[in-house]
Amino acid sequence: MDKRQWLEEVYRSSPERQQRFSTVSDMEIAPLYTPEDVSGDYEGKLGYAGLYPYTRGVYPSMYRGRLWTMRQFGGFGLAEDTNARFRFLLAQGQTGLSTAFDMPTLMGYDADHERSRGEVGREGTSVTSIHDMMRLFDAIPLDRITTSMTINCSASVALAMYLVTAERQGVAWEKLGGTTQNDMLKEYIAQKEWICPPRPALRIVTDTIEFCARRVPRWHPVSISGYHIREAGSTAVQELAFTLADGLCYVEEALKRGLAVDEFAPRLSFFWNVHNDFLEEVAKLRAARRLWARLMKERFGATRARSMTLRTHAQTAGASLTAQQPLNNIVRVAIQALAAVLGGAQSLHTNSMDETLALPSEEAVTVALRTQQIIAEETGVTNTIDPLGGSYAVEVLTDRMEAEAFDYIRRIDEMGGMLRAIELGFPQREIADAAFKYQRQLEEGAKTVVGVNKYQVAEERPINTLRIDPEIEERQVYRVRKFKRERDFSAVGSALSRVARACRSGENLMEPICEAVRSEATVGEICDVFRQEFGVYTDPGWL
Amino acid sequence: MALDVSERRIRILVAKAGLDGHDRGAKIIARALRDAGFEVIYTGLHQTPEMIAEAALQEDVDAVGLSILSGAHLTLFPDLLRLLRERGAEDVVLFGGGIMPPDDIQKLKQAGVKELFTPGASTQEIIEWVRQNVAPRA
Repeated sequence: MDKRQWLEEVYRSSPERQQRFSTVSDMEIAPLYTPEDVSGDYEGKLGYAGLYPYTRGVYPSMYRGRLWTMRQFGGFGLAEDTNARFRFLLAQGQTGLSTAFDMPTLMGYDADHERSRGEVGREGTSVTSIHDMMRLFDAIPLDRITTSMTINCSASVALAMYLVTAERQGVAWEKLGGTTQNDMLKEYIAQKEWICPPRPALRIVTDTIEFCARRVPRWHPVSISGYHIREAGSTAVQELAFTLADGLCYVEEALKRGLAVDEFAPRLSFFWNVHNDFLEEVAKLRAARRLWARLMKERFGATRARSMTLRTHAQTAGASLTAQQPLNNIVRVAIQALAAVLGGAQSLHTNSMDETLALPSEEAVTVALRTQQIIAEETGVTNTIDPLGGSYAVEVLTDRMEAEAFDYIRRIDEMGGMLRAIELGFPQREIADAAFKYQRQLEEGAKTVVGVNKYQVAEERPINTLRIDPEIEERQVYRVRKFKRERDFSAVGSALSRVARACRSGENLMEPICEAVRSEATVGEICDVFRQEFGVYTDPGWL
Repeated sequence: MALDVSERRIRILVAKAGLDGHDRGAKIIARALRDAGFEVIYTGLHQTPEMIAEAALQEDVDAVGLSILSGAHLTLFPDLLRLLRERGAEDVVLFGGGIMPPDDIQKLKQAGVKELFTPGASTQEIIEWVRQNVAPRA
């Protein structure tokens, strides 16, 4: 009997409980997959962990050799508050740090700027000057801990501050390991933190790639991120496609600088969202590795394995969590985290159950970290590499994700690449449409969110959430103003002029920015130079 | 002949205040309100309360729907209320949405924000609320 015969003679007469079955991204799913659905040769498409095309994993021994890095994103209040949270997390067994900055820092404003009112230390920690960065990493050995910094339009400044902090701790730049997110393309597409228009922003990113390739060889200058694209409402395929297309754009820009592909590509890393649809997410991570490896090899002639391997951080999906019945979020996060592990991620953040209400409490963040530890040390899923490989359903989904993502990439190529596509608003509109469609499906009941459009309860039991003391803002503003009065003004002024000259001449900006940071110029002052030299980008407000 | 006030379509300004870029909700609400027959103007991201109050006056709107996910709601909502009042537009209905703890929602409602929607609210619920609570200004 073949599959078609089975479908017609056996399956058809059995009732189905709904008309159509599809993933959370609305990819239609067949009732059963068999060897007939899986095409291609084993070695070419799957092969072995640590070998091209890396579908099964980027390292030969995967989690048998080393578990993923458990990296909880955190930050709030003053730098010393976050420093205390970091030390708490390290004491709990966390193996890497991940810094959340507040919105003013992320948008390139000092704490005492008018636009920072009400936002200082709220969604992350406030870093205005080198002194804040030094407080943030006080007594944390930067040569032994890797640090991720989620920051984009002001990432060049944050990186410079981190480098200068290392200098002052006596740690050589060559020893620093970590990541700046620094993915500006996805900012215009999804997360929407920006200072200048896309072209100069891309130039600054390329400066950091070039600088790190030469001076900070263990640093990941860019974490090419699908996370925010997905949070903004994209489908899994769109997340995959737009993120890889962003990656291609960075590679092309770095090549234009005269860098060889194998010189910088090994330091590009990725960041995926891991949503509720379990098999779709596992397939997405596998398809991402294969497609990136093929693109790097075939399009750019990469020869080093590390240039072709897509190494990735993953985070469970914030947008999938609900304010209703928040304890249910623990379950969602556990399932998503399991998908990330079965998808072969190198690093993982698990969201806390209370994140739709406030920044996570210490209790909530501990449960989230324990979830990873339970998966790692109790479930046994780490014993085998890529244990879902060979599942007909997972392989078919992997093939489809790869093919559909490649279709998008081809369309973006035809537009002239991602930068042009962004200027045309293409990925932005695709995502807004997908988000709106999903919302409609939710309201029509075609998709379910437990506790929101099904199984609701009337009375909610309140949970304890973290409160940010409004006095934090006053304290930081006071401290920043005092520091500004006491600096050597002329040193700041001439360092900032040097940054401005580099903006105009095309000289790599990183060395001048490091010098400005050493001279106690602030994040806002350096970003003001960008504003002056490159102009300010405003939201086109497309609906 | 002057247009009958009750016939005029309700005009709503959907606004994003603060520095964060979370516009998924605001854009979905703007589109849903437009599809429901309201006239909708969307400000785009990163607006200050001054810019929003100014736009509300310029566009002669009946209501402002303010979306905040940056945690600055206790600063930005009261600022906007004050600015609307100072410009003689206190009859513009201010409602909003975002991530806000229940205590803060109580405080903001007491200050004059007419309604606040939190994650999980449906567009239908919001459309219904606007129909019940916003009328064309005289």
